[in-house]
Amino acid sequence: MTHLGAEASAAVTLSKADFQSDQETRWCPGCGDYAVLSAVQQFMPELDIPPERIVFVTGIGCAGRFSYYMNTYGMHGIHGRGPALATGLATAREDLSIWVVTGDGDSLSIGGNHLIHALRRNVPLKILLMNNQIYGLTKGQASPTSELGKITKSTPFGVSDHPFNPVALALGAEATFVARTIDRDRHHLTEVLRAASRHQGAALVEIYQNCPVFNDGAFAALTEKDVKDANQIRLEPGQPIRFGIDGERGIARGGDGGLEIVDVASAGVQSLLVHDPRRTDAGVAFSLARLAEDPTAPTPIGIFRDVQRPVYGRTANASAPVSDEQLSELLLSGDTWTVA
Amino acid sequence: MTKAVEDRERVIIRFAGDSGDGMQLAGSRFTDATAATGNDLATLPNFPAEIRAPAGTLAGVSAFQIHFASRDILTPGDAPNVLVAMNPAALKANLPELERGATIIVNEDAFTKRNLEKAGYDGNPLEDGSLSAHRVHRIPMTTLTVRAVEGIEGVTTRDAGRAKNLFALGVLSWLYGRPTEITKQWIARKFSRKPGIAQANLNAFNAGWSFGETTELLDVQYRVKPAKDVPPGVYRNVNGTTALTLGLIAASVRSGLPLVLASYPITPASEILHELSRHARFGVSTIQAEDEIAAAGMALGAAFGGRLGVTATSGPGMDLKAETIGLAVALELPMVIIDVQRAGPSTGMPTKTEQSDLLMALYGRHGESPLPVIAPSTAGGCFDAGFEAARIAIDYRTPVILLSDSFLASSSEPWLVPDVADLPQIDPRFAEAADPDRAFLPYSRDERLARPWAIPGTPGLQHRIGGLEKSDGTGNISYDGANHARMTRLRADKVAGIARDLPLLAVDAEPGARVLVLGWGSSEGAIRAGVRRARLAGHKVACAHLHHLNPLPSNTGDVLRSFDRVLVAEMNTGQLAQVLRARFLVDVESFCKLEGQPLFGAEIEREIAARQ
Repeated sequence: MTHLGAEASAAVTLSKADFQSDQETRWCPGCGDYAVLSAVQQFMPELDIPPERIVFVTGIGCAGRFSYYMNTYGMHGIHGRGPALATGLATAREDLSIWVVTGDGDSLSIGGNHLIHALRRNVPLKILLMNNQIYGLTKGQASPTSELGKITKSTPFGVSDHPFNPVALALGAEATFVARTIDRDRHHLTEVLRAASRHQGAALVEIYQNCPVFNDGAFAALTEKDVKDANQIRLEPGQPIRFGIDGERGIARGGDGGLEIVDVASAGVQSLLVHDPRRTDAGVAFSLARLAEDPTAPTPIGIFRDVQRPVYGRTANASAPVSDEQLSELLLSGDTWTVA
Repeated sequence: MTKAVEDRERVIIRFAGDSGDGMQLAGSRFTDATAATGNDLATLPNFPAEIRAPAGTLAGVSAFQIHFASRDILTPGDAPNVLVAMNPAALKANLPELERGATIIVNEDAFTKRNLEKAGYDGNPLEDGSLSAHRVHRIPMTTLTVRAVEGIEGVTTRDAGRAKNLFALGVLSWLYGRPTEITKQWIARKFSRKPGIAQANLNAFNAGWSFGETTELLDVQYRVKPAKDVPPGVYRNVNGTTALTLGLIAASVRSGLPLVLASYPITPASEILHELSRHARFGVSTIQAEDEIAAAGMALGAAFGGRLGVTATSGPGMDLKAETIGLAVALELPMVIIDVQRAGPSTGMPTKTEQSDLLMALYGRHGESPLPVIAPSTAGGCFDAGFEAARIAIDYRTPVILLSDSFLASSSEPWLVPDVADLPQIDPRFAEAADPDRAFLPYSRDERLARPWAIPGTPGLQHRIGGLEKSDGTGNISYDGANHARMTRLRADKVAGIARDLPLLAVDAEPGARVLVLGWGSSEGAIRAGVRRARLAGHKVACAHLHHLNPLPSNTGDVLRSFDRVLVAEMNTGQLAQVLRARFLVDVESFCKLEGQPLFGAEIEREIAARQ
């Protein structure tokens, strides 16, 4: 986003209020979406881009309402198609900062195809994926991230479809920036937004987002005071990966080439994996993403991958206005003949 | 020796061979030379959906038909006068459609026992007298071609065999006195990086020409004089695809809106993607989307950003785009959706033509979601339709469906190139920076009922739009019943009001005509040809053609009611007829054709005669 911000440096200083629309928010009380909205509005002034050059594109679902609450340009599209709409917009307008807000059903089920292709093309979009592991707006059906065995309205005998791991999926789709954060950790969330906004190209941010009505406490292992330190594996670039109340556990390469959780005291600090999101090979990031089957046990959060690759559409555009003479030349190209 | 020259007013030639024999190429080269001669012409390529169907079989036959004349012509012709058959299958597949006494030129070398069996012949039709109603010329094209290219460095026997289409082209070029320079230049250009292949093709072409000139098999050369009574101006030969892409680019230039085309490969609409992808220097961006849905979404996203957003597809793709088109109706943003119609439900017959998507275009979305539908009727007319679709979309902030079809897309004709200065300007009328004293109302309306188009980047006009029902004026989400009723009517009235801009339906009528033949889309040539013949036979008949299917020209009902009988001819089971009956309570009759082929003038003539 830096290339956008530079032009706007003369603009007046913006505040959170400049990004709040006049529309009444209509999520359920206690919804994690409020925390994300507030954090995003708070963060936006940092971009140093005037609100009229920022666009929020959303699909369908609770997260789809996000665009109505941002005092930027916004398009609330149709189910799953946010990345497709945003790709068209990004192709047309390099001067905009474009954010896609989506959910687990929107982007991993009905819109899965658009998500993976936006990522592999490296379209300059910041995609915020609110993962609450349930369908909220349609009132409580299983989603593609619902854990096996979960009882929902559509699965009275328990979910039998194996869930997606959004971070692993994004890495498999050749994403150049992949991160995971949590709705209730404003500081971490903001750090991740900052890094995503600086990334040139597509950024996927999975946000664990609590749905208090249909899936309350799905991420309790990572958010509740008494257990979160034991379960949050915070990925810090350049740092050995450690977690636990006193950093007593860590991640090391296992004998089989995979990753394993070790006891630091017995394994030794030098054996720990040093986190490097800029590693070209996505293999280690993928292994990190796969450490936890679901977020009820130690789970990595932070930036899994942040690498550079040519950005979609950045070379194709940029042409001068076409004159009538040029158009005339085009119409008359090929073999022509004159009838007097 | 000097051969006799006979004049012909018009000729229909069909080049037919295996799909790997290069018949489309031979046909289009003949077409370019014919255009340069100044004949009026119309062409019809016809090829199988399979890229390489089993060689030598009926399923693999590919054909290219050209109709050219010294007067204006309206269709690619019904029954060919001349058939070039490169193998037995090509002969067998096309024989039933030839006129009696037609000339057949065969590649004798291909009539082997094995090829005859593959085509399902028990004996050799060249020997058994079954072709006695026709004039058959047997030419050993493969042998003569191989001999002509012998000794060229880097050219294999296989390459030599593949040049036999140029030999056939050479023979036909001599027979009809086509200029050779244009073909020779084309060969040099096309194979500039492969001098050996260029030489082989040139030798084959020259050998074919010389063969015609010297052989005693062909005793007469024919001449088709340049067409007279053609409006003056500069012409080029175009097919519907090229004309359509030029029309879109012209609209982009005249509106100042860069063109963004997003498409997913589908026969026969992919050609639009291929053509536009070559025009980046005219501000055109093309995206090959991951699927049909994404393609529609990308075009709409680009439109939100203030671009001319276009997506092009064929029937199956239209099914998938329906939801996005509905979103465009709700967002009230300009967008052009091109449907190059093809035959049948589901995959149907991908390379065959039909007009069976009309009702889908008009009604194929949930809720009340009216939008304008337009349909070009000639290859050259695709230019005007592309321009007009963009103009309506931009003027009225609405998605527009343009119904082309497989026949229009691939058939070609001489096109009078318009003067750029004569093309209207299209004003996008973007909303300008906010007036601090007045709230911006994204769903306020102008005299056309069009809403403001405020594009991202415009200070102070930040607003949110979406598929949820909007409050009149503010565009805020509204579930209020009375507001929904008002918005539904506003959207419908906006589209209906486009009729004020449209030309009236013009009727070509003779005094005393009691029967009107009405059509839409690509059948115009066949209908006019049929009407012309019926008049020559003494029948009194009128015809008219619709280019706007929604809204209809405002005099449509009056026109229908002014005739005793109305015959609607279309390549479907009567979709336009159904619309007209429902709308105007007129007892229209239908003539329907569903064979994957265009209408023929003779069919229209027969239907008219039956109603006198």
